[in-house]
Amino acid sequence: MAVMSRALVTKDAVLEVKDLRVDFHTYAGDVKALNGVELTVKRGEILGLVGESGCGKSVTALSIVGLLPQNAEVVSGEILLEGRDLLRLTKEEMRLARLGEIAIVFQDPATYLNPVINIGAQITEILTSDRRRFQVELVSAGLKDFEGRVQGKPLSPALEKEGRRLRSITPSSRMRRGEVKRLAKLLALSYLRMVKLPDAARVFKMYPFELSGGMRQRAIIAMALARRPKLLLADEITTALDVTVQAQILRLLKELKEKIDASVVLITHDLAVVAELCDRAAVMYAGNIVEVAEVKELFANPLHPYTKGLLEAIPRPDSRSELKSIAGSVPDLLFPPTGCRFHPRCPFAFDRCPKVAPPLVEVSPGHLVACLLYGG
Amino acid sequence: MKGRDGDLLTVQDLHKWFPIKGGLLGKTVGQLRAVDGVSLSVMKGETLGVVGESGCGKTTLAKTILKLIKPTKGKIIFDGSDVTDLSGRKAMRLRRRMQIVFQDPYASLDPRQTVRSCLTEVMGVHGLVTSRRESEEAAENLIEKVGLNPDHLLRFPHEFSGGQRQRIAVARALVTNPDFLVLDEPTSSLDVSVQAQILNLLKSLQREFGLTYLFISHNLAVIRQVSHRTAVMYLGRMVEIAETEKIYSEPKHPYTSALVSAVPIPDPSRRTELAALEGDVPSPVNIPPGCRFNTRCPYATEKCRRETPPLVEIAPSHWIECHYDIDFPSMKRSDLERGLISGGERAPE
Amino acid sequence: MTRESSSSAPSKEERKSSHGFRREVRYGIHLLRKNPIVLLGSIVALGSIVLSLSSGLVVDQNSWKTTHIALRLCWNNPIVNWNLRNVYDCAGPTTYTLGTDNYGRDVFRMIILAIPLDLRISLEIVLSAVLIGTVFGGIAAYAGGTLDELILRLTDIFLAIPSLLLAIVLATILGRTLENLTLSVLITWWPTYVRLMRSQVLTEKEKPYVEALRAVGAGRFRILFRHIVPNSIYPILVQGTLDIGSVILTFSALTFIGFSPSPLIPELGNLVNQGIEFVFTAPWLIIFPGLTIFIVSLGFNLLGDGIRDIFDPRLRR
Repeated sequence: MAVMSRALVTKDAVLEVKDLRVDFHTYAGDVKALNGVELTVKRGEILGLVGESGCGKSVTALSIVGLLPQNAEVVSGEILLEGRDLLRLTKEEMRLARLGEIAIVFQDPATYLNPVINIGAQITEILTSDRRRFQVELVSAGLKDFEGRVQGKPLSPALEKEGRRLRSITPSSRMRRGEVKRLAKLLALSYLRMVKLPDAARVFKMYPFELSGGMRQRAIIAMALARRPKLLLADEITTALDVTVQAQILRLLKELKEKIDASVVLITHDLAVVAELCDRAAVMYAGNIVEVAEVKELFANPLHPYTKGLLEAIPRPDSRSELKSIAGSVPDLLFPPTGCRFHPRCPFAFDRCPKVAPPLVEVSPGHLVACLLYGG
Repeated sequence: MKGRDGDLLTVQDLHKWFPIKGGLLGKTVGQLRAVDGVSLSVMKGETLGVVGESGCGKTTLAKTILKLIKPTKGKIIFDGSDVTDLSGRKAMRLRRRMQIVFQDPYASLDPRQTVRSCLTEVMGVHGLVTSRRESEEAAENLIEKVGLNPDHLLRFPHEFSGGQRQRIAVARALVTNPDFLVLDEPTSSLDVSVQAQILNLLKSLQREFGLTYLFISHNLAVIRQVSHRTAVMYLGRMVEIAETEKIYSEPKHPYTSALVSAVPIPDPSRRTELAALEGDVPSPVNIPPGCRFNTRCPYATEKCRRETPPLVEIAPSHWIECHYDIDFPSMKRSDLERGLISGGERAPE
Repeated sequence: MTRESSSSAPSKEERKSSHGFRREVRYGIHLLRKNPIVLLGSIVALGSIVLSLSSGLVVDQNSWKTTHIALRLCWNNPIVNWNLRNVYDCAGPTTYTLGTDNYGRDVFRMIILAIPLDLRISLEIVLSAVLIGTVFGGIAAYAGGTLDELILRLTDIFLAIPSLLLAIVLATILGRTLENLTLSVLITWWPTYVRLMRSQVLTEKEKPYVEALRAVGAGRFRILFRHIVPNSIYPILVQGTLDIGSVILTFSALTFIGFSPSPLIPELGNLVNQGIEFVFTAPWLIIFPGLTIFIVSLGFNLLGDGIRDIFDPRLRR
């Protein structure tokens, strides 16, 4: 297994995706879904991965998490999670990574929750599956609860015994199953409260179909947080929600950002959500990252013609200017355009564009573009 | 609401209730009040936007106006005449003047029909053409009007992208040369750049043919783009109807205000504290008593929980359904409770 | 106004291979390659169809009527040695590939005559059942209400009775001719198609394009027959193909039990019926006709499976 033999290009990068190429083998031919994706996620930031349908953002997420379908092939590239190349891990190692280091939350919570198990059981299942990993949190949850219960009360011998037991558990000591289950339930409840689910104890016993869309999405977020991941991938989690519910979730994410120290990749097609929530943003088109910048910079000074077109095409709730659309449509990735994949639709395309695939270059500090207009 | 002169469509107190059957014998145990008393009017040549979240009844409203569903109560007045109970030949003539474009471009076209056949069928149904050549020419004209090529006519729906299919759906709606078009979330399933194309197309068609639109969407930004006036729908009723600009700059209903402030703005320099309305959208099966918004309204008082507010015209063409005249954002709930209502309680009419 | 630029459309060759009929063919080939058993089954099924169409050229159509008592139940094909005590060797010059039956006829020839017969009967039954089923099912689903209830109850009654039993009863009542047997099986078979068609139409009825057609002003009949029915046909097609095999089995079972009008008729079940008596003296009589039933019906089964695989997931586009 690769140890930190790779010097991180950016010191504080949690995730680095380098030149990722993924093909899908279909009966109609090979779909060249990812064409050399380059992405960096810094520690503690919220990175927005923006693009329209078919651009490859979900494929990128699935590649990171190791959940690509059978007919997908990673042709080349590296995905470095704190220096470890995820693509070189065995299946078991990847599973463990998914358990404790990377979490992914999808768009439709109804299909990703087990309908016959209640919410509480689904979270505690995660916590009890690798007891050692979560032992520290389990014990501290138990201690918190214990201290809450004995507040200001005289200690009976039973309570004293309980307190001693709790304090004596070290990260390496063994716990009985019953004990683990009880602590896991307490910890699960605390996560449910963390995502602002009203009456966590009641929700704990409920089944997914009894919850509304927004509540289910919160439950899924709680399940993801319970794993204390280093990296959280959120794939279009607000797309299916009503606008007022979406606002609740976005506000929740903003609050959580302070509390948890995970880095978040927020995948969405909605630039407004990116503007509200993200620190940096990466724009994707037809399997390539075409522009990366801090959000303020990206909106104020978009460089790539696609980014510019996209920004001019979104209807703004605060103005009524004429919408400018981008000519043409998204290419069929069975037969992608040569060179720069955007060139058939680009108003600034010139003779080199169909010939050379532009690399992602840093044009100003922190602002990267993949366009021949800016060198490369 | 009385119709004004120049109104193409007026809807008066429209209701659509769906019976809920339950129990062993399938008795009616309740009503799903999808549309629960909607009154609005659309002027010739304008676009009225209807905005609301899921379950508010906007799609049912669209289908009821188009007479695809029979209303439970209320009247529909089109171009001066009452068309609520029309049937047979007269209904067919009405259909020529009112058309609809649906949300899902992937399912609203018969997958086994070519584009041309789809268009010429409508012509045949209404007896608009007399010869095959005529219908083919008409189809060609139409398909070019919506931005596609004549050689697209011989293809099948699955060969097109979502945006192109919506164009075909628009072409189909225009076959009979209608005056009035209901657009039910026409761009919600489309990508942003394609959405812009379709919205621009709709706007130019409106200018060219003098069309009147009822544009339904859950997306406020899109509504703002296309509508002259906007109606905000909540649980089967309109809570506010006003000029689109007013809805954004000076919303008068707490729900409108919440909706407007919940929409994220694509401009990071204006990051606001997204006002989040608590709770979930209630179900039209169980409508709260009194003002139906009271369960989520941060300003709700006892009166709101008891009495249903009437629809009142507080300014020319600005209607709202609320007991109070609240001045956002300076209003705080505590003020309301203490009776310090800026603007005051509205006097009963 | 924005125009769809022609440069955005894929080139002609690209279009051809990713859309339309070519794509279906490529998909079909891909599936066949993935699943060789389906391929095998399809070959068998198609082979029997070809045989049926050309059997007049291969074998004398009336050779089943002549009996040769002297050559009863004999075997002289050197390839297989039965190792049984009472197997007779055939007199005469001709080698009978699969031995002779109780009437001295060449079993192989009988089988070749029987396959077209069974297939024809099966097709009659399936096609009639499909016709009746789709008409009733379509009407029931589209009309709804009491008509729907009526048709459903009728279907339920028929479905509640075990099909073989019903067929036997009907055959007894109507009399033992091939036509009556065909009718008996048909009567037990049509209800499935009513159900199938009804559920398909119910689903299609709710789809947006149907609503769009109503909005445009199309009448109910036009919508039902020009739009809904063509879109509902695929599962019926699949079920029909699968059923060809099942009907052969059922029909053969009936004649096997003894409902055949005459033991001479070259029908697979009939042949097997003969063989029961002579299991130990002439096992080929049971084995080969039995195997034929098995292979032919399995072939159609696999063909039906293959068709379903091609169409089913694609329908969910």
